[in-house]
Amino acid sequence: MNNRLRALRAERMWSQQHLADQLDVSRQSVNAIETGRYDPSLPLAFRIAELFDLAIEDVFVSPSLVA
Amino acid sequence: MTSSRARRRYSMAVLGCSAGYAGALFGATSYFKNHPDGRSLVAYIAAIVPALLIIGIFVAIGRYLVEERDEFVRMLMIRQTLVASGLALSLATLWGFLESFRLAPHVDAYWFAIVWFGGLGLGACINRFTLGREA
Repeated sequence: MNNRLRALRAERMWSQQHLADQLDVSRQSVNAIETGRYDPSLPLAFRIAELFDLAIEDVFVSPSLVA
Repeated sequence: MTSSRARRRYSMAVLGCSAGYAGALFGATSYFKNHPDGRSLVAYIAAIVPALLIIGIFVAIGRYLVEERDEFVRMLMIRQTLVASGLALSLATLWGFLESFRLAPHVDAYWFAIVWFGGLGLGACINRFTLGREA
């Protein structure tokens, strides 16, 4: 699933480790989500969106909207 | 891999069980060398304790899967255990039929547990191949 996590993190100049610490997950999890190799569960997706003060659809791109 | 509390507890349990297994196996081998026809209670205990320590590793893996809070890391381990189970059960089934029809020599069943642990390593390789270097 495509997402804007890397861009959002870059805007805040956060490292992957910093984001991982805030989400209480490992850095490798953040990396896997950013690169689209792992789709987070709904609770984790909500935590990510809430951390950036955004709606889920502002962070993650719905697969049905991708051509 | 992550160094979560669950992971550390899992590593300690595996290390403890592995060290205990090595000691128990040495003790059992020594016992049966001196008592080749042993059928006493001590013989049964000597034979079962190494198995219990291997089972302890299975329990540690199960406990880790329950306690690990990082869902991505947990998924990696689940995939490893699925690969390991598929490999060990497939080999056990295959060998069982070959052995039943006397086309293969007898293999002690505990070897399939060893194959299962090898399958964990294979699963880790598959994770890295399919999910990238960090998996």
